[in-house]
Amino acid sequence: MSSAEAFARHLAGQRLRERIFRASTLAAAILLLLLLGGVVVSLLHGAWPAFDRFRLAFITQDVWNPVTNRYGALSAIYGTVVTSVLAMILALPVSFGIAVFLTELAPPWLKRPVGVAIELLAAIPSIIFGIWGLFVLAPVLQESVEPWIDGHLGKLPLVGALFQGAPYGIGFLTAGIVLAIMIIPFISAVIRDVFDTVPDVLKESGYGLGATTWEVIWKVVVPYSRSGMIGGIMLGLGRALGETMAVTFVIGNAHQISASLLAPGTTISAAIANEFTEATTPLYTSSLIALGVLLFVITFAVIAAARLMLLRLGRRGLASV
Amino acid sequence: MKRRAVRKSVNVLALGLSALMTAIGLIFLGAILWTLVKDGVAGMSAAVFTQNTPPPGTASGGLLNAIYGSAIMTVLGILIGAPIGILAGTYLAEYGRKSALSSVIRFINDVLLSAPSIIIGLFVYELVVVPMGNFSAISGAIALAIIAMPVIVRTTEDMLNLVPQGMKDASTAMGAYPWRTITSIAYPAARSGMVTGLLLAVARISGETAPLLFTALNNQFWSTSLKAPMANLPVVIFQFALSPYANWQQLAWAGALLITFAILVLSIIARVAVSRLGPGAARK
Repeated sequence: MSSAEAFARHLAGQRLRERIFRASTLAAAILLLLLLGGVVVSLLHGAWPAFDRFRLAFITQDVWNPVTNRYGALSAIYGTVVTSVLAMILALPVSFGIAVFLTELAPPWLKRPVGVAIELLAAIPSIIFGIWGLFVLAPVLQESVEPWIDGHLGKLPLVGALFQGAPYGIGFLTAGIVLAIMIIPFISAVIRDVFDTVPDVLKESGYGLGATTWEVIWKVVVPYSRSGMIGGIMLGLGRALGETMAVTFVIGNAHQISASLLAPGTTISAAIANEFTEATTPLYTSSLIALGVLLFVITFAVIAAARLMLLRLGRRGLASV
Repeated sequence: MKRRAVRKSVNVLALGLSALMTAIGLIFLGAILWTLVKDGVAGMSAAVFTQNTPPPGTASGGLLNAIYGSAIMTVLGILIGAPIGILAGTYLAEYGRKSALSSVIRFINDVLLSAPSIIIGLFVYELVVVPMGNFSAISGAIALAIIAMPVIVRTTEDMLNLVPQGMKDASTAMGAYPWRTITSIAYPAARSGMVTGLLLAVARISGETAPLLFTALNNQFWSTSLKAPMANLPVVIFQFALSPYANWQQLAWAGALLITFAILVLSIIARVAVSRLGPGAARK
């Protein structure tokens, strides 16, 4: 065999490997697409009996009764929305404060340790927050905080109904607080990263005009990083909406809609986690998968919106979160 | 002059509040860690590592089968997820850098990255558990792989993008085909970043509970079969913490401490590896 032939064979081999490697990377990339498609199709397939049976009533009714085999998701949707909104209300000011503290206020020797601590805490699995909520937070709330809330805030006009009721220790309020604690590290890390993208020149020109630190933050940093902040906040909301373990421990798992935040309830993910392996009839299982479809639709909308906002900023958030 | 005083006091008030908020946040997070360490250490004993999960009502017992199960399913999850994730990340960073397909896949990957893990559990239940007819360790590993994949795709792409174009061009100029450039030049250059991505993925999946609830389920006994339900730390923690038995609750705390410790160690190693890459490499 001449050396020209050998070289030709070598080239052919290279070309073949190139084709194989290229095709396998493309296949893996397309697999990701198929994965999301597969999630949608398989969930819809599993949920079909429930949707077919109850139609629109599945999302407009709050009956959830395995005995009579009637299922409506309203109470679970309600619980998901209430706990997530509550968590956001509690977590936002704290996260914003932490981000401001870390970017503008903290002395350098404190900045790194606190920043690293916050990021590491974002990696702690949610089940840890759940058991802490059950064993530590719930008793405290039940014995001291909730009776006080009932006695004082419960008498307020208009909003009083939110704060009335027996202190169970578990319920919407507890779940909201646990969720808030869980997403604080996450949201503060994202907001801090977004704040860090603000060019120093912009801030310096604010200071040059005689603005105070707070005025620079509120009138220069925040407007500049608005879309990134909203993106980060919505990613946090997406987490709160879909969070299972932190909530399941402390929500009380009662399919009911109560005006009071102190009452037990349930969320979509908590209902699935609690009842799925115990579902005895096909319709029961299907209804739980249908709950999953609803959760998917809600979180997909929130996450997609958040990602689009972060994309516009040219940043895609932390790889780890 | 009065206006200036108002502005100054607003400034002090706002900054004071933000420091206070940081303190509140850290106090809560510190409280959680403190309880975790206190109750976790109290529940720790040699039996945790040498005995299987106890049946109801018995005194002792450990977490051996759960630790084994968690390790096996995490490793399997990474073994399944890593090749796919790395290849897909390679496509996004190299072959399809600017194609429309890549932007779609990038977006889908970002959505999968934050999708609720319980949904993945339902998906794998429909996909694997129902056809197989029973809960199994392998379905748990597949669920974990699906959760690990987006993390790996993302870090692989980011790290390959950090490899200087000049290096790749030099390889191309030598007559190397892209696959050769990628495997012999880009991968070695991006290695520590890619390993970091794998570590982050391990950290991410080793604490996941929701996707295992109806895939791997749980197993009270020692089991090594991938076709049978397998014990794992997160689900054991879930069941034991909600149980009425004091020794079960103690084991739950011990398990929680083990998981958190493992995840923190992994995260710290990943962080150190990234900081060696130079500033700004971790976030892009």
